[in-house]
Amino acid sequence: MSAIAPEDVAVDSASIAAASNKRRPLWQLAIRNPNVIFGGAILLIMVIIAACAPLLGAVDPTRIDPASRNKKPGTEITYRLDDGKTAKRTAIMGTDSLGRDVYSRVLYGTRVSLIVGVAVSICAIAIGMVIGLVSGYIRWADGIIMRFMDGLMAIPGILLAIALVSIWRSGLYTVILAIVVPDVPRVVRLVRSIVLSVREEPYVEGAISVGTPTWTLMFRHILPNTIAPLIVQATFIAAAAILAEAALSFLGIGIPPETPSWGNIMSEGRTLFRVFPHNILYPGIFLALTVLAINIMGDGLRDTLDPKMSKKV
Amino acid sequence: MLDFIARRLVAIIPVLAVVAVLVFLMLRLTPGDPAAVIAGDNATSDQIADIREKLGLNLPIWQQFGIWIGNMLQGNFGESFFFKKTVAELIAQRVEPTLALALCTLIFAVAISVPIGVAAAYKQGSAFDRSVMAFSVLGFSMPTFVIGYCLIYVFAIELGWLPVQGYVRIAVNFGQFFERMILPSITLSVGFIALIARITRASVLEVLNEDYIRTARAKGLSNRVVLMRHALRNAAVPIMTVIGLGIAILIGGAVVTESVYGLPGLGRLTVEAVLSRDFPTIQTVILLFSVVYVVINLLIDISYTLFDPRIRY
Amino acid sequence: MADKKPVLEVRNLTVALPSGADRAHAVEKVSFTVSPGEIVCLVGESGSGKSVIAFTVMGLLAKALKPTGGEILLEGENVLTASEQRLRELRCTRMSMIFQEPMTALNPVMTCGEQIDEVLRTHTKLDPGARRTKILGILKRVKLPEPERIYASYPHQLSGGQRQRIMIAMALVLDPVLLIADEPTTALDVTTQAEILKLIAELQTSQGTGVLFITHDFGVVAEIAHKVAVLRWGELVEMGPTEQILSRPQEGYTRMLISSVPSIVPAHRGVRLDKATVLRTEKLGKTYSGKSFFQKARTVKAAVDVDLDIRKGETLGIVGESGSGKSTVARCIARLIDPTEGKVYLGDTEIATISASRLRPHRRKVQIVFQDPYRSMNPRITIGESIIEGPMNFGLKRDEALARARRLMETVRLDPNSLDRYPHQFSGGQRQRICIARALAMEPELLIADEAVSALDVSVQKQVLELLDEIRVRLNLAVLFITHDLRVAAQICDYVAVMSQGRVVEYGAAEQVFGSPKHDYTKALFAAAPGRHWEFGKFAAA
Repeated sequence: MSAIAPEDVAVDSASIAAASNKRRPLWQLAIRNPNVIFGGAILLIMVIIAACAPLLGAVDPTRIDPASRNKKPGTEITYRLDDGKTAKRTAIMGTDSLGRDVYSRVLYGTRVSLIVGVAVSICAIAIGMVIGLVSGYIRWADGIIMRFMDGLMAIPGILLAIALVSIWRSGLYTVILAIVVPDVPRVVRLVRSIVLSVREEPYVEGAISVGTPTWTLMFRHILPNTIAPLIVQATFIAAAAILAEAALSFLGIGIPPETPSWGNIMSEGRTLFRVFPHNILYPGIFLALTVLAINIMGDGLRDTLDPKMSKKV
Repeated sequence: MLDFIARRLVAIIPVLAVVAVLVFLMLRLTPGDPAAVIAGDNATSDQIADIREKLGLNLPIWQQFGIWIGNMLQGNFGESFFFKKTVAELIAQRVEPTLALALCTLIFAVAISVPIGVAAAYKQGSAFDRSVMAFSVLGFSMPTFVIGYCLIYVFAIELGWLPVQGYVRIAVNFGQFFERMILPSITLSVGFIALIARITRASVLEVLNEDYIRTARAKGLSNRVVLMRHALRNAAVPIMTVIGLGIAILIGGAVVTESVYGLPGLGRLTVEAVLSRDFPTIQTVILLFSVVYVVINLLIDISYTLFDPRIRY
Repeated sequence: MADKKPVLEVRNLTVALPSGADRAHAVEKVSFTVSPGEIVCLVGESGSGKSVIAFTVMGLLAKALKPTGGEILLEGENVLTASEQRLRELRCTRMSMIFQEPMTALNPVMTCGEQIDEVLRTHTKLDPGARRTKILGILKRVKLPEPERIYASYPHQLSGGQRQRIMIAMALVLDPVLLIADEPTTALDVTTQAEILKLIAELQTSQGTGVLFITHDFGVVAEIAHKVAVLRWGELVEMGPTEQILSRPQEGYTRMLISSVPSIVPAHRGVRLDKATVLRTEKLGKTYSGKSFFQKARTVKAAVDVDLDIRKGETLGIVGESGSGKSTVARCIARLIDPTEGKVYLGDTEIATISASRLRPHRRKVQIVFQDPYRSMNPRITIGESIIEGPMNFGLKRDEALARARRLMETVRLDPNSLDRYPHQFSGGQRQRICIARALAMEPELLIADEAVSALDVSVQKQVLELLDEIRVRLNLAVLFITHDLRVAAQICDYVAVMSQGRVVEYGAAEQVFGSPKHDYTKALFAAAPGRHWEFGKFAAA
């Protein structure tokens, strides 16, 4: 099929002027997208909460107070200060079975979730991009890498994370790493497929035929094509990572229980759930809201940055 | 056709081999003496020596792998020192709740999600379409255990319609079994429905843009016939693919859901095994889930031939 | 013919474009008629609105486009005001349509028989036996071999030409009064195109069907049309009987368009002087082998024993249909792919087998211009950066390279001040010029044009061809010109190699090959060229 019908390339001279006006840098379009604005705004609030937790009335989230265990939200509790005086404050989200203030724990938990989300997506994208580039560009490496990635992908993600946590013992870094590993093959596949398709583009062949060295070819002509899809992918990885950390902690195999994380608060609240549902309710709302915000933002970014993909999903 | 199946079967061998190697290496990556790790914290030195002997830990590593994989292939999965049973027995006991949960979820989710996905695509841009899309973002963002506890709170605790937790074997009392499956299945379905509905909508929309849909309309067929006879069958392959890939989410979700509802299934077993660092059980469960996942996807691959005559590669 | 009541009457049709488009209307105040037994061609370049008219008649317009004025009468009934229900009844019974891409126009998961059967089930009350008989009958009428087998075949088991016959069978099975054909042969090879055109003409004569034929190709117009309507920017420029439009066009635009069609008679070129050979291939071959563990190794011989040579200042054309291996040869010569057999001599250096690092200094000497002007430049960098990339790779300083780029922009007749613009700000023809400039910036000895003008409208095509020829003369450049278009080859080539199934079947001076082809395949190819009996652009005095 050597002929291309003129209709396929219908935009000609008259539309040039129009096109040149319409074409704005993608990031400008992205920050105008209502989904990006909405999701981004909620996320910004979460970041502020995480950064300013002590200013928002949070007290030490690890402080155990046997005198005020299992209080319902809104109870006024009296507690001793370090200098022996007593003070009163209202536990607006109640306390848990060790008497810790749930409000403070939820606020500090924001930090853990955001750190996990950001760290996992950065690590997964960085590792996946390097491996994906190598795989897409070096023929002999491709076979080996992709067989390995297929094997890694055959282990359901959360199970792989659970297994890795069980090896390394729990802690923030191991949880992050355990969530990164199952995400890497997905990034590798994405990057590799982009590299393979862009390699066939005439402009890349054109660059080859003017003698462009391989490294320039990769960084100048191929790599930029992966950025927009990777930004989109990063948001979805972050959302899934926050959920995964919460699930692991909820199951009691994530971050150590004294660390305030939303999953830990809920895990702690499981036993007395029937009487004191607030231990699950409040962190649950925060968790769902944060993940929802990231996903909404991701959808908006995909619509603007990666329109081909947004038709597919 | 047989040739096709044979080729697909052969193609999964390297995948399973990589999985086996990864699972095998898992134990080697843990710090300390593997025999001591396997035996657990309360083992005597005789028990450890016995294990060392059985696994051939004094042999070179590739021979150890040979012994291990040989045992696995014969169904000799080792012994759980924590549960004081063979792993095979343990798994046989725990398989029913997980299987029941997975099947109920799968049937329920597919029965709901495919029709709403198709309807959303058909009424693209309508209020219905937008609410399906909104639900799907929400479904991705809600943590399974939060959904689970919300459902328990509303339907079991407040309304008292269904039992809160627990499991009754199907052979013991089907009615009780069934009513205990309802909430867990709905809980686990939410994310699955969100995923499949979204992909169904996208696939149908993509197919509706194809040239042959235009041809079908040019034949004077009604919209309903175009949708049901031409679009849906062509959209089937991506939908089936995502159902297959979604099994991984199902397995991960099952771990959490079983914990929420107190179902004594393989997911709970995994968590218990990790908490007690019972490695033979962890290894076997992960291997088992991965094999199931790969085989289901193989079956789905083969089923494509029913939908699309072009696939005979 | 003229006294019969027309089957289709389009009066003052206006179709609005969505706001924000480059113009307000896709089609504006267009009127024409199609009588029974008449073939009316709508001709125009891209963006002329010809396809929009076809889809409007069928009621298949995209939602964004809205007919805002005029009427379309099908046997007196206005389809613009007809209900959706009524339109469905009319489709395939009174009016049918066939499309450009036979490869994608059939549902891949239904057999061809089922797909035609659907038409009968929807519009008739025939029982299954009668339907089957009728379908086998129509398959025979469109000259498909073994109708029984075709009935049970899936589209992917048939060739492009066969699929288009299925489409025609489907369209004509209920004897509609109007057939709309939207570029039905554009995606087909020239020999298949000739057969399909013949088939359409035969069927419409025997049934007295009115045909509305959309095309951009004046060769096809000369071959098939009774009446021609020329469109430009959604407006009707001129309409009349074919002979009148082709030989005595009234409007300047029509004249320009027709005289842009390259003649199939080769221009007389000077005799071959004893110039230096720039490129020579010796038994060049490329075999693709799909190695698979289970299947027998499948090998495709894309090119076999290709011997060619090009001298300074000469253009060698490789012509052939799709799959003939012409592009494979070009890509082997440019070493974008590695040939599996034979040798390629660039001057005295053999480049087919040398290593990538030793090849690099020679890359400069062979430059290539690709078919698709929309994909052949990196959309993220300015055209200036694209042009200077090559020279800078070979050590030229940035400001020297930029100075060269500015000169070259003038050479290809573009504004040198637009070097800082991005590719999307240029039209297809302009981008192709930029690609030529990028190639020339390397000061190559051989320029390969791989279907470089095939995606362009005929008027733009003419300008780019003239530019290429001018550059060849001025720089004394050797050019390898790959094309499927015989007319283009006739105008630009000094020598022609005809390829078929990976082999060069005929090779010689253009005048000789076109004037007295020896090989059967070449003869068949020339015989199939549409409008070959027509001298375009030789207008009679008005």
